[in-house]
Amino acid sequence: MSQTAWEALSNQAVAAAGVVYFLALLSHLAEWALLRSVPVAGQRGQATAREAVTVGAGAPPAPEPEVDDRTTERVETAGRLGFLLTCLAAAVHLVALVARGMAAEPHRVPWGNMYEFTLSGTFVVAALYLLLRRRFGLAWMAPIVVAVVLSLLMVAVIWLYQPVGPLREALNSYWLVIHVVSAIIATGAFTLGGIASALFLLKERAERKGRTGGYLGRVPSPAALDRVSYRMHAFGFPVWTFAVLITGPIWAHEAWASYWSWDPKEVWAFITWVVYAAYLHARATAGWKGRNAALLALLGMATLWFNFIGINYFSTSSMHSYADAPAVSPLHPGS
Amino acid sequence: MSEQSGQQQPTQQPTRRPGELTARELGRFVWRQLTSMRTALVLLLLLALAAVPGSVIPQESVDSFGARQWKDQHESLTPIYEALGLFDVYGSVWFAAVYVLLMVSLVGCILPRTKHYWTAARAVPPAAPRHLTRLPDHAAYDVGASPEQVLEVARAELRRRRYRLRPAPTEGAAVEREAGTVAAERGYLREAGNLLFHLSVIVVLVGFAMGGLLGYKGGVIVVQGAGFANNLTQYDDFVPGSFFSADELEPFSFDVDSFDVEWLEEGPGQGMARAFEAGLTYRTAPGEPEQTYDLRVNHPLRIGDSEVFLVGHGYAPIVTVRGGDGEVAYSGPTVFLPQDASFFSFGVVKALAAEPEAIGLEGFFYPFFASIDGDPFNVMGRDGNPVLSTNVYVGDLGLEDGESQSVYILDKEDATQLENDEGRPLRLDLAVGDTARLPDGLGSVTFEGVEPWVRVQVSQTPGKQIALGGVVLALIGLCGSLFIRPRRVWLRVVPADEGEGSRVELAALDRSGGGDTAAVVDDLRLAIVEALDHPQEDTP
Repeated sequence: MSQTAWEALSNQAVAAAGVVYFLALLSHLAEWALLRSVPVAGQRGQATAREAVTVGAGAPPAPEPEVDDRTTERVETAGRLGFLLTCLAAAVHLVALVARGMAAEPHRVPWGNMYEFTLSGTFVVAALYLLLRRRFGLAWMAPIVVAVVLSLLMVAVIWLYQPVGPLREALNSYWLVIHVVSAIIATGAFTLGGIASALFLLKERAERKGRTGGYLGRVPSPAALDRVSYRMHAFGFPVWTFAVLITGPIWAHEAWASYWSWDPKEVWAFITWVVYAAYLHARATAGWKGRNAALLALLGMATLWFNFIGINYFSTSSMHSYADAPAVSPLHPGS
Repeated sequence: MSEQSGQQQPTQQPTRRPGELTARELGRFVWRQLTSMRTALVLLLLLALAAVPGSVIPQESVDSFGARQWKDQHESLTPIYEALGLFDVYGSVWFAAVYVLLMVSLVGCILPRTKHYWTAARAVPPAAPRHLTRLPDHAAYDVGASPEQVLEVARAELRRRRYRLRPAPTEGAAVEREAGTVAAERGYLREAGNLLFHLSVIVVLVGFAMGGLLGYKGGVIVVQGAGFANNLTQYDDFVPGSFFSADELEPFSFDVDSFDVEWLEEGPGQGMARAFEAGLTYRTAPGEPEQTYDLRVNHPLRIGDSEVFLVGHGYAPIVTVRGGDGEVAYSGPTVFLPQDASFFSFGVVKALAAEPEAIGLEGFFYPFFASIDGDPFNVMGRDGNPVLSTNVYVGDLGLEDGESQSVYILDKEDATQLENDEGRPLRLDLAVGDTARLPDGLGSVTFEGVEPWVRVQVSQTPGKQIALGGVVLALIGLCGSLFIRPRRVWLRVVPADEGEGSRVELAALDRSGGGDTAAVVDDLRLAIVEALDHPQEDTP
């Protein structure tokens, strides 16, 4: 296959993955819409909530027996369909990534620019969700994860798209694999953790106000959500440390002659690191547990994604801007 | 204590109002506050916040050109920003204040914790609480085996899971109280990881500070065919650390023999340059044998403690300027600075020795010139059709005052700009090999050819291994503190109410608050039942 054919395949696969994610989103929405007619099972107790997490398949919990079987069946079908469609979409998504790498000459890893990084990052979010779904009982997360992945994919296609090109010289290093893969994995984990934290805040508020119905009525208890969020962050944080404070500086030292040069991207990676450190710290600090810690997790996710997309619009001098700056920047010797 | 002081106390006491503190108490209060978890958290958030402005406002040390440009555009804000140190956030007093306070808070936190850990790490697990079934995660069940068997099996299982067991007391009331119980604990290393992480942060900071204080970095542009010797006078710009001294410069030298770039002529990356390679011949010191090295991006050259990096490239047009008398007043490659990604470049040529008047050229270099409807245009960075296009100035080029000047700026204040016959500024557009005569017998300008130049950065970063080692240790400590679960497990076995079996109560507690202790209890319960059903002969 020629380069252009691979590139066309990649673009088509992205479009197809988008459509399938959308169908998956529809089925999950249908699942949750159908559940509206099913009363929420008594889910307040600690034991039930824990069951939802440890037992796995988890939420939505089986409706109570008096609900007619037909609705139950339809809910289950919609949920299963949504899950299968998400699996299919992730598989097509993977095809898009592989084709993207094959389209470059010489073949390379498919994360050489913002578009490709977003493509990879969203794939990791979807894949992590699918992998951890059983283990952590993330079924309740399905509509949100699929919606987030779909939105980010659209952002990538509409605003960030770049045709396949060769790597910039500074990127031509094996550190591209190590540094960027770890950054992508951490981004995926933090994103899932952030979703759990957001749900924690919503659920907690709903419980305080005494609202127990609807979607929020069926997500796990705040304690369980908090635990899922913590696990995601506890996994993501060391990986992020590895990405931005170990491999990043090593590579920066090789390519840019300075292991830490306060480049805007570096600054924001550091800010993200500090905020997540504060989150982990807050979970052990009296008066900051729970709500405030969850807010910090959301702040962390905001800095994470701002660093990825937003900072490029505020600073043009960043050596990380792989949009149109020359690889070896024209320099301005002091006059 | 003497009698006198005892008598004085009642008279002194009333002078202290409620809430008043002595200096010592105040100090202790401030120290307590500073080293509290909450303060550390607030300082962390402050650190994140303080780092923000430096990413939005161009920094002198990162992007000096951008900073200068910003200052020109915001004349009223500049003095305020300068007073606040916003052009050098990461070297400013207030940024330093935040991280110094954070470090103090950190030290104040880890010292007592280390002391505490020193004793806690060797402590035996606490005895089983009286009511195990009151703990949130517990199990109670009957087994057919005798209490002694169950206890033995449970101890073995816990030991296999690397729990530390509380030794059975041998005397006193505790013997009876703790009979029939097992108390176990694991995850002692969690706190060690935590302490290691916090300690490593300080190591990283030390390494980072060493680089800033003892190191240096300097940049120099070297034209192909020319050389560089590592001493201060040769650098275009040089940023020493505070404690740097010039004799730390290692006496190496190198020549740039060649510079090659691969230009992409077609495809999506068209016009992009890649595979930069500068062929160097270097000596580690005068008199040492010559060695060669292909300097590339991502492949710095290491000489002793110094490192040489390829960080930029551009073109130097070779220009010969003759005076009115036909004598060569200036000749050689002149570095022009790229203005954009297509290597459209700007520069000046100063022929001060020209007679009758000094001649200055200022203008642009087009590596690949093309004309679209009469407008000059640069196609790409490859020197496919080099054209030099300059204005000409004569007379006082400002060098008489003896002030040092940039080689990239022409002082035109007192100079006269030459004009063409129509009275418009004279512009010389020269292709390689062209010679232009200047009016009024002032001389001539010849564009002989083009040499590439490379910009090289030379730097020493002492402490980088310390910083790296620090981060690696921090990561190890971090993983320990996140993934080692400190758990306590207790077991109480009593003879069953009827028959010959036993009743087992089992409970677990996760001291980090994040663990799934229900799973621990389940796992242990099953393991004990399993081991009782299938006793293995070979286990002791």
